[in-house]
Amino acid sequence: MTTGFGRMLRKEDQRFVRGQGTYVDDVHLRGMLHGAVLRSPHPHARILSVDTVAAEAHPKVKAVITGETLNERDLAWMPTLAGDTQAVLATDKVRFQGQEVAFVVAEDHYSARDALELIDVEYEPLPAVADARRALDDGAPLVRDDHPGRTGNHIFDWESGDAERTDRVFRDAEVTVSQDMLYPRVHPAPLETCGIVADFNRVSGKLTVWATSQAPHAHRTLYAMVAGLPEHKIRVISPDIGGGFGNKVPIYPGYLCAIVGSMITGRPVKWMEDRSENLMSTCFARDFHMRGELAASRDGKIRAVRVTVLADHGAFNGAAQPTKYPAGFFGVFTGSYDLEAAHCQVTAVYTNKAPGGVAYSCSFRITEAVYLVERMVDVLAFELGLDPAELRMRNLLRPGQFPYTCQTGWVYDSGDYPRALRLAMDMAGYEDLRKEQEAERARGHLMGIGVSFFTEAVGAGPRKHMDILGLGMADGVELRIHPTGTAVLRISVQTQGQGHETTFAQIVAEELGIPPGDVEVVHGDTDQTPFGMGTYGSRSTPVSGAATAVVARKVRERARIVAAAMLEVDPADLEWERGRWFVRGDPDSGRTITEIALAAHSNLELPDGVEGHLDASCVYNPPNLTYPFGAYICVVDVDPGTGKVDVRRFIAVDDCGVRINPMIVEGQVHGGLADGIGMALMESIVFDADGNCLGGSFMDYLLPTSLECPSWELGATVTPSPHHPIGAKGVGESATVGSPPAVVNAVIDALRPYGVRHADMPLTPAQVWRAIQGRPFRTDLAIT
Amino acid sequence: MRVAVTVNGTEYARDVEPRLLLIHFLRDELGLTGSHWGCDTSNCGSCVVWLDQRPVKACTVLAAMADGRSVRTVEDLERDGRLDPVQQGFIECHGLQCGFCTPGMMMTARWLLDRNPDPAEAEIREVLSGQVCRCTGYENIVRSVRWAAEHAKDAG
Repeated sequence: MTTGFGRMLRKEDQRFVRGQGTYVDDVHLRGMLHGAVLRSPHPHARILSVDTVAAEAHPKVKAVITGETLNERDLAWMPTLAGDTQAVLATDKVRFQGQEVAFVVAEDHYSARDALELIDVEYEPLPAVADARRALDDGAPLVRDDHPGRTGNHIFDWESGDAERTDRVFRDAEVTVSQDMLYPRVHPAPLETCGIVADFNRVSGKLTVWATSQAPHAHRTLYAMVAGLPEHKIRVISPDIGGGFGNKVPIYPGYLCAIVGSMITGRPVKWMEDRSENLMSTCFARDFHMRGELAASRDGKIRAVRVTVLADHGAFNGAAQPTKYPAGFFGVFTGSYDLEAAHCQVTAVYTNKAPGGVAYSCSFRITEAVYLVERMVDVLAFELGLDPAELRMRNLLRPGQFPYTCQTGWVYDSGDYPRALRLAMDMAGYEDLRKEQEAERARGHLMGIGVSFFTEAVGAGPRKHMDILGLGMADGVELRIHPTGTAVLRISVQTQGQGHETTFAQIVAEELGIPPGDVEVVHGDTDQTPFGMGTYGSRSTPVSGAATAVVARKVRERARIVAAAMLEVDPADLEWERGRWFVRGDPDSGRTITEIALAAHSNLELPDGVEGHLDASCVYNPPNLTYPFGAYICVVDVDPGTGKVDVRRFIAVDDCGVRINPMIVEGQVHGGLADGIGMALMESIVFDADGNCLGGSFMDYLLPTSLECPSWELGATVTPSPHHPIGAKGVGESATVGSPPAVVNAVIDALRPYGVRHADMPLTPAQVWRAIQGRPFRTDLAIT
Repeated sequence: MRVAVTVNGTEYARDVEPRLLLIHFLRDELGLTGSHWGCDTSNCGSCVVWLDQRPVKACTVLAAMADGRSVRTVEDLERDGRLDPVQQGFIECHGLQCGFCTPGMMMTARWLLDRNPDPAEAEIREVLSGQVCRCTGYENIVRSVRWAAEHAKDAG
């Protein structure tokens, strides 16, 4: 009997290891032209004139598109996923360095880039605001003077929790701690940059685009809304995607320019941004200035958490999250703890920086929330002189409290938190590590042990509460069973490396008892798949994975009717075992799903009202999010002379419910842990005071390599989700969310002899070195 | 200018601009899209191919510099319908996710194994440290190369 779940090698690897993947830049169409974007060198400047005459005279240039060209088509501005507007090509001002100003279409990529230099733009530079903390000052440069009547850079205030109740707990608490911290601006930086091939057929009126999109259906609908094209004439194909991490959720100006370029020239137009364009203009992540406060008893019972946030959204509010949640799911800042009260207040502002904010495997800003609360727990442990693992263990939710409604209203579906933390501590040899640390400190060595515990909330919707631009977050699926019993599954979500072609086949295999190899998974093509909101926020398994199980069960029920007709029994007398229906009490009388599939297409007489065939479809509207969780422990050594941090060990225990393919789950976790090393120690998009971006290449924006990453030590517990058909939870972002605080907590723990309580990411050698300057090394500061 | 480059055993002669990068020559002129372009600055290594038996980052080599020399790309790893053990290792050990860095990683790994058939983990990490993977956290890439070392003869 075929088992669907378990370790299975990936189907998609066969093409990738042969170099036969088809990424957007690999798409080559006959007569294809190439686009390039002219970008602003200024963070903030008025555009006085754009002269394209010389560029248009370039012998290989086919079209030059400016904001004015787009204005004629009412396309100079487009809606963002957060309901704001964003300039496609600037008409009035440029608002961040790297903003799109003009687009050249030429016969080849090199000529297109050459022609950019022939465009003469006259700018009047304006003062810029690059620091969110200055954005609300009187007299701060006004970023969005395109909004009628606007006088300042304020975007929204959003709060969650009970302010009064929280204040009350803080007033009578024995201990309170407060800490300011920055989650720096970082970038998902998938190795494949963003791009598109747009092919508008003037005869048929059909627009076909191959795009780096994590949400092809949503993109199709938005193109229809923005460009006024009929939606049935738009086909969005997301072929192989070289990593997404949220970077490929939004629609970027270059996409629209390429589409307009194809409409103007009548030829396909390819546009692939280069690395600097990717880092400087597309969806960044974080940039949250946070103040965290905890109220606790002296013996270490955490009672309340209070947070104020200043969120830097850049020049356009292009954050991608469900409409009702302007700060994403930051409301889960209550973490994994049993609290009496919680409150947060988020204020968002415009600055002269690139737009975005919600990306980089952040689970709609749970990354920021988990970092905040896990850093604060360590700050409290520091103040109370308690072991941070012990402090967590005392405050974690207990298994009997689930489903647990947290102080901000999120309903955690299931969990056994103490078991996960205990397992991580056992794997790490926690108590021995503390002894070793004591001995190291006595020798003047800086060894740090960092603990973090996270709870995630992933798998958006339900659509009643969650939509993007009015599109409800529910996903469709279709399952066809061919007469010979093999299957084609069409899903709305789209892989960027997560292995959907394998795991979704395994779900069908598990439910129907046919080999996963007999299930072809079709995705990433809006003409071939049903509507859905796409892959981000770890939602593929919680939403489309559930849809797949449900549709397979529908097929199974259809098969039951056919099997009953074949066996001439009542359907109610049949029982299912994996792969076949059989007569209850007579196991030898049964029909396999393959036999039933053929019969369903045959001349077998079926009861009145039964159509035949086994194909089915469904739309899955999740009843709740799924809440994966985990306990992470990081061990570091810090060189006090240079400030360099070496990650010696990283222990990660993840609980994502039932694991469809443990090999793939572990791979997802590995990747997220590397992200955590990157964000905690290396990655940051820095701007100077004038708004110049100092992180525009991989020379400046440092990514972790095989040398910065240790050999990961993984553990697992399995607490099924009670509301998911197969008990699975999302896992794609767990480690990215959970690991940065473990690394930072480890570094700060290493610096304990200097009395350092906090230092902001990224903890580069310079940052660590600065943190300990002027502080004497004292062995009496160790945890007792 | 005219360049003649032997790629995967076949000589290709083309008229190209002197500034044409080797990665674009391979991808756009020859249609060998297995090697990828990722950063422009020699940092990510998605474009690693062999130039005269040595791994190079083809985003910072001119096609003109490859004139009269030989290039080997990912498309040449599979021979006579048999996958190179490195390719098989990446499949067996889940050494790839999105697959974008994979060809470059495999070309460097094959180069390493040709020089040291039994590299320790630390050496593998050192040799691959000039290349970036955003998906795997490197663990399974290291395991994949070890798998290839341990199965030097039996892939396919």
